[in-house]
Amino acid sequence: MEILVCVKRVPDTAENEIEINSEGNDIERDDLVYSVNEWDNYAVEEAIQMVNKHGGSVTVVTVGDEESEEVLRREMAMGAESGLLLTDDAFEGSDGKGIAAILKAAVEKGNYDLIMTGAQADEGYAQVGGMLAAMLDYPYASLVNMIEVGDGKLKVGREIEGGNMEVNEIELPCVLSIQTGINEPRYVGIRGIRKVASVDIPTLGASDLGLDAGSVGEGAAKVKRIDYFVPEMGEGAEMLEGSTEEIIDKLIELLKSKGGIK
Amino acid sequence: MEHALISPAAYTIFGIPTVIFSVLIPIVAVALFAYIIAKRLAPLVKARPDERFDRPDKRIFDVLKIWLAQWRHPRYMTAGVIHIVIFFGFLILSIRSSEMVIKGISEGFVFPGLNSWLGDVYYTLKDYAATAVFIAVVAAFVRRVWFKPARYAYPESYGEDHTWEALLVLGFIAILMVSESLYEGAAVAAQLQAGMTPDFLAPLTLGWLFKLMLADAARATMQSLHIWSYYIHDIIFFTFLCFLPIGKHFHVLTSIFNVYFMRLERGNIRPVRYGVDEEALDDLESFGVKRFEDFTWKDILDFYTCADCGRCSDNCPANTVGRPLSPRFISLKGRDYAFEHYPIFGPFIKTDDNIMGKIYSEDEIWSCTTCGACEQECPLGIEYINKIVDMRRGMVDDGNVPQSLQKPLQSLEKRGNPYGKMEKKRAEWSKALAEEFEVKVLEKKGTTADTLYFVDSVTSYDERMQSVAQATARILHGAGIDFGVLGKNEKDSGNEVRRFGEEMLYQELKNNNTEAIVNSGAKRIVTADPHAFNVIKNDYNSPDLPPVEHISQFLQNNISNGKIQLSGLDEEGRQKVFTYHDPCYLGRHNDLYDAPRAVLDAIGGLNRVEMTRSRDRSFCCSGGGLMLFYEPEEDERMGVRRVKMAREAGATVIVTACPFCLTNIEDGIKVAGLEGQMEVIDLCELVTQQMRR
Repeated sequence: MEILVCVKRVPDTAENEIEINSEGNDIERDDLVYSVNEWDNYAVEEAIQMVNKHGGSVTVVTVGDEESEEVLRREMAMGAESGLLLTDDAFEGSDGKGIAAILKAAVEKGNYDLIMTGAQADEGYAQVGGMLAAMLDYPYASLVNMIEVGDGKLKVGREIEGGNMEVNEIELPCVLSIQTGINEPRYVGIRGIRKVASVDIPTLGASDLGLDAGSVGEGAAKVKRIDYFVPEMGEGAEMLEGSTEEIIDKLIELLKSKGGIK
Repeated sequence: MEHALISPAAYTIFGIPTVIFSVLIPIVAVALFAYIIAKRLAPLVKARPDERFDRPDKRIFDVLKIWLAQWRHPRYMTAGVIHIVIFFGFLILSIRSSEMVIKGISEGFVFPGLNSWLGDVYYTLKDYAATAVFIAVVAAFVRRVWFKPARYAYPESYGEDHTWEALLVLGFIAILMVSESLYEGAAVAAQLQAGMTPDFLAPLTLGWLFKLMLADAARATMQSLHIWSYYIHDIIFFTFLCFLPIGKHFHVLTSIFNVYFMRLERGNIRPVRYGVDEEALDDLESFGVKRFEDFTWKDILDFYTCADCGRCSDNCPANTVGRPLSPRFISLKGRDYAFEHYPIFGPFIKTDDNIMGKIYSEDEIWSCTTCGACEQECPLGIEYINKIVDMRRGMVDDGNVPQSLQKPLQSLEKRGNPYGKMEKKRAEWSKALAEEFEVKVLEKKGTTADTLYFVDSVTSYDERMQSVAQATARILHGAGIDFGVLGKNEKDSGNEVRRFGEEMLYQELKNNNTEAIVNSGAKRIVTADPHAFNVIKNDYNSPDLPPVEHISQFLQNNISNGKIQLSGLDEEGRQKVFTYHDPCYLGRHNDLYDAPRAVLDAIGGLNRVEMTRSRDRSFCCSGGGLMLFYEPEEDERMGVRRVKMAREAGATVIVTACPFCLTNIEDGIKVAGLEGQMEVIDLCELVTQQMRR
């Protein structure tokens, strides 16, 4: 099975103290460190496990600038066979639909049975997977946390309310957005990255993909970010003070008075 | 010397001269033994190289101390004394046993030198030795069968108990002692009956006892006892010899080699591959131990040498709190695997491509805190830390790392600290001191200081531990030292990164820190973190770096030269009972036991007690660095266990000299519900409270 996994380079939110820049239209990026979007790691791990079991190969693709090559290498160190960097000045400022359009063009240049994305990105809107499927006219399953390979079909599971599991059958080719927890992604150390440091990663721009530069990028974006702000600290937080016993007593009293417990 | 009985060399049975047996038994047995040993050597030959042939003087010293003088045995008094008796008995009797084998062929044989006064001394000594060994064997038997010390027990998950093996060997030894004595006792009794001058038999020995018992026996009885006991001795002697390489008594043969080749340094981790430079590591196909043959030959010699005495596991904190690790079974499972795949008879069986999940489990290998208690205790010089680190290297290379450790490792790679906090905030703890004095941050090129305070990650960023950093700075300032910190140029020391098997990341951290320290121009390094102290001293171990000191050494020196003066405790302090908890990386790995105690004793009115487990038997608090992030399966926290030990010693205050011990014990106090009754304080914090300014 030929699998394409779409990945994204995102600021590592857990590691960074996010601040808004002085213009108020973006976050301060100078001191940020970047990594692979967490969900994408699960998607790549799942793809590698499927290929190890059933044969085929995994390709990772990203839309971004040259620095995004770093995340492709990291995923290749995990075991993805090849990488594809989609980069062009014309791509800058694309909205979700723009990104989906670029990815669609890349999908059509290859011969993939299965397209996987992370369910969402740390700084994203969880929209690319669905849009990509619609543009390709492929079936789509979101928030997948279990995959079983069948003949020309997949069984995919997802968690629904109350921790229950729902299993669907989906025909290939298709697009799946992967939820965290589907597996335990393997660790990638410096040694792994060095091993793939010299592997050639093809770069494709708008013309290589046969894309009209006007159909993507900032000009074509119909969703635009107009503000960024840190919410003001609301009122209503109350710090309970005293010894542990006193705090527990006060908390029980509060919960009782508000009807939380009887 | 006259003989009243026919010797085995001259005896005939049904017309067959028994000398035939005297010749055949040793030939067959020695051939079989040589064959078994050759087979046993096969895995050692296939294993990876190890560098253990250097510094013979130190190695011989270790053999004299740990092997010959049985240095570590009395740490377990009863078992130790029994072992020492059997050990020396064996050494003494080895000459006699060899002599007996030859006597069966040539009856008058005596080793050169033994037909002089030396012989008189020796034969007396060996009579007592045989008797003492016999008594020791009976005592060992009673212990095994009657008292059953808990450390010999086999937990269900590790399979069948091996008591039968111990008892069988005790039986062998007992028979050897009895038959040797009976052989001689019968001969002497016959001499007495025949009115000849009897050979000397030392009073109150087994042989002497047999002589008395046989005083009135028939001559034929004495003759047949003489012959039978000889051949029983001969057969058991050689059976025992060939049985040794089959099980845990292999140590009788391997121990001298294992001790000779044991590690000379402590605190360090061996290279990924001997003979491969750091620069060439990238070219290696694979890292660490994955296949069984990825162990070094010394590792396999360790497996062979394990005597299953259980001392390592008895001292292992992971085992004590119910983690799935018992060092004893690291050795025994390795040995059984070697025996199974390299059998004595039949072809070798191909070993697994990856032993992880086959012999050992991931959780077992991640459970180790590398505290070193097992290695400190092992009377045979068996090592564990290097093997565990090498197996971790193998897992890291396969991407098989617990999820809980992946995030901190990636953060260490990106930001040089396991929390992923910003580099520029590394020296932020020093701002709280701004009103007292300024801590020099040696970030800009050209800024320098005499002494570099290496803070390390967790002390820099963890709110509780920052107070240790502040106390350390106050001490250095108070002693009038020109010191600075590296600020954002400092990265994690990498002590745990290396011990968790992420060698390449460790190399990067090491190179970064080495360069930063060299650029700072400092003439010495001081740190309050034993883990940083250890890795800089023993793993970086670079000629480019200035010497490194732990703050407890600095304190001891500066208290004795008067630069730091401590006031006595106040009335409230005098009511408290203090105990010092030895951090593993200060104590066991670096032998620093006395400096921190001397500092405590320099505080007037401080009442200090020792815990039963102290100094080199200290009990790990559960480890530092990356260990703080690992989520083990366990019944109880090590910190809790340690707090209880301090309480048993009657202490109300635990003093430690490691920021990780501080947090782990602090948590331990909370979990044990002893807040208000017990407290923990870092040595630096305590000193700053008492420092006269």
